[in-house]
Amino acid sequence: MSAILPPSERLWWKHPLDRVEGTWIAIAFVWCLIMFFMMVFWHIYGKQNLSTETYKTTPEAFAEKAQAMVDKYTVRTETDMQTPVVAPPAGSDVYMLARLWAFWPILELEKGQTYRLHLTAMDYNHGFSLQPNNINIQMVPGYEHVVTVTPNQSGTYSVVCNEFCGLGHHMMVGRIYVNDGEQVDVER
Amino acid sequence: MSNAEATLPPASMPAGKHHYRTCPRSGLQFERQAERLMLANAVAAVVFLLIGGILAIGIVLTRWPAVHWLEAHTFYQVLTAHGLDMLVFWIIFFEVAVLYFCSSTLLRCRIATPKIAWLAFALMVIGAIVNNVAVYQGGSSVMMTSYVPMMAAPSFYLGLILFAVGALIAVFVFFGTLVVARRDRTYQGSVPLVTFGAITAAIIAVFTIASGAAILIPTWLLSINLIEAVDPLIYRTIWWAFGHSSQQINVAAHISIWYLVAAVVFGARPMSERVSRGAFLLYILFLQLASAHHLLADPGMSTEWKVVNTSYFMYFAVLASMIHGLTIPGAMEVAQRQKGYTRGLFEWLRKAPWGNPVFSGVFISLVGFGFLGGISGVMMGTEQLNMIIHNTIYVPGHFHATVVVGTTLSFMALTYYLIPTLFRREMINPGLARIQPYLFGLSMYFFCLVMMGAGTLGVARRHWDMAFSGAAHAYEWPGAAYLMMGMVGIGGIAAIVGGAIYIYITVGSLLWGKRLESGNQSHAPTPIPPTAPAAVVQNYGSLGFAAPGTFVLAMVFLVAFVLYYFVNWKYLSTVWGLS
Repeated sequence: MSAILPPSERLWWKHPLDRVEGTWIAIAFVWCLIMFFMMVFWHIYGKQNLSTETYKTTPEAFAEKAQAMVDKYTVRTETDMQTPVVAPPAGSDVYMLARLWAFWPILELEKGQTYRLHLTAMDYNHGFSLQPNNINIQMVPGYEHVVTVTPNQSGTYSVVCNEFCGLGHHMMVGRIYVNDGEQVDVER
Repeated sequence: MSNAEATLPPASMPAGKHHYRTCPRSGLQFERQAERLMLANAVAAVVFLLIGGILAIGIVLTRWPAVHWLEAHTFYQVLTAHGLDMLVFWIIFFEVAVLYFCSSTLLRCRIATPKIAWLAFALMVIGAIVNNVAVYQGGSSVMMTSYVPMMAAPSFYLGLILFAVGALIAVFVFFGTLVVARRDRTYQGSVPLVTFGAITAAIIAVFTIASGAAILIPTWLLSINLIEAVDPLIYRTIWWAFGHSSQQINVAAHISIWYLVAAVVFGARPMSERVSRGAFLLYILFLQLASAHHLLADPGMSTEWKVVNTSYFMYFAVLASMIHGLTIPGAMEVAQRQKGYTRGLFEWLRKAPWGNPVFSGVFISLVGFGFLGGISGVMMGTEQLNMIIHNTIYVPGHFHATVVVGTTLSFMALTYYLIPTLFRREMINPGLARIQPYLFGLSMYFFCLVMMGAGTLGVARRHWDMAFSGAAHAYEWPGAAYLMMGMVGIGGIAAIVGGAIYIYITVGSLLWGKRLESGNQSHAPTPIPPTAPAAVVQNYGSLGFAAPGTFVLAMVFLVAFVLYYFVNWKYLSTVWGLS
């Protein structure tokens, strides 16, 4: 007669459902289907879907490609670590790597333009957490993840590491500048 | 059930025979070996809860920005140990006790192979100690997840492997005990629903532990340089089949406990065995897919893989939880209405035994697990919404709502039931026990909510310093994030006090509580008498709307769920375009 005793009816699976249960199951199931199809719907009509374009890579191979971009498009350097600020053309491939304990290089993008952002971690797992926008992407060593991004607001963004990567984890903050389309090469 | 040999002196028992006693307070029958094993596993669990609780003080007082107590290396060390002691050791030790209870006690049979069960216990204790020592030695502050290529000491992995092997053996002792009960015909028909839930937990446990072995053994070999490398993405994929699935054992276990408490406190019977067992079956089939939740922000997996897995294949496991969330309070409502509490929609709930910590603990657990843990879990597990949540402190906000409010608080409530029955002690300080679920549960509600709030603003989890001192670039979180992290500190301390009261009552009752009589003893199990279907209870189900109050509560839940779901989509639509 209770949940801690065997069912009193041997053929318990033939016991009729109460209407409370039947109604709730139907409502809950419809809601589950809505949630499922919402993900599919957003892939078709939504503007925020994480790319799955991924390549195997090595720290050396990735660093080489990032260095080529830096050599070509660096506009200035910042901080006493002389971190290059790179302003690649709209629509191009841009690279950001994470290593103990920095993101490199600094990117300068334009609002409303689309870039293919290549991400990887050089040593341990790191986290790409774009603030204050709050987009969060895992960075896994050995894998190059190509995310197509379109900044929708100008300003100074920080990239906070949000995957634990050792004692200097809290010092790992990177930068992305987003300029308004019309005023290119503003002095900072 | 009369028992002629009840008063036989133990001395006359031949060696090797089994000993059973029937608890006069609950009517439960305990076999001596099973009872000792449950006691040992429960006590080990509470010891690790104590250690994990002490470690929690260091964490909340460091993440509270105004206090910022520990140094970075101590903080990460303490955080690693806290995660393992709570999520793995406290919970799995307790779950082993629950498995033995749901087999040997509920089915009234002896436990299968008690010596092997003790071996399992020994392996688990050794493994837990070895792992803890590795963390306290330094050098293994890799967090509970221990993502490669960041390596811990070899003994860190070895400890976990030993513990997992022990736990796996214990699960097979549970399965063996089911066979014993069947063979000795200690029950007729199907196993009780609570045992069915425990079987669900055990099946999930086998999958979980096998996954853990599949990834921790290679990682251990890597740590002693026997193999060259473990791929970081494969590690994450398989580790989460262990890491997330172990939380699904908890879900199946604590939902079984909710059914158990509904039965012992109210005499409630499941609204429909078919529905409740069907919901457990959905867990077995679909719950494991949830480990995909942790990989939604990762490179490598295809969109189709993410969508199908993260939704447990069309949210069938969410459906199962929504069913349990209705049928458990629904069964309580039906039982209360049969006692005459029929006025209005909610008299049954107002007249519930709110002063009984067994009930209040479970009810606070159920509501918090659904509203806070369940809804936030679906948000994080939605492929696109995950991007605005992944690795923020929203994540620990979510899993403290599921694992602490859901699992730990249910285990606490069950302990209050077990103190007089299994431990045979009168509870010390029942007044304190009466308030404990409220203090612990409600402060955890608050703790989880403000953590999720800070996470919505982007604050990172597993992060020592939200001021980023020493960073080349400055980033200042909004003031609200600081405020909420301060409230995390306050709520956390209140919850730790609540946890300390639980440990004080449990350990104190074991040590100083008045001994209660054991009840009738016998050498042979007393089988569960077949229950004749009672006409009164037989007919609800066809009556119509048996639990209207619960249905209204369920609709409130659904409205909250739908609103919050679309609020998050709205938020997502404002961030950078991503494709």
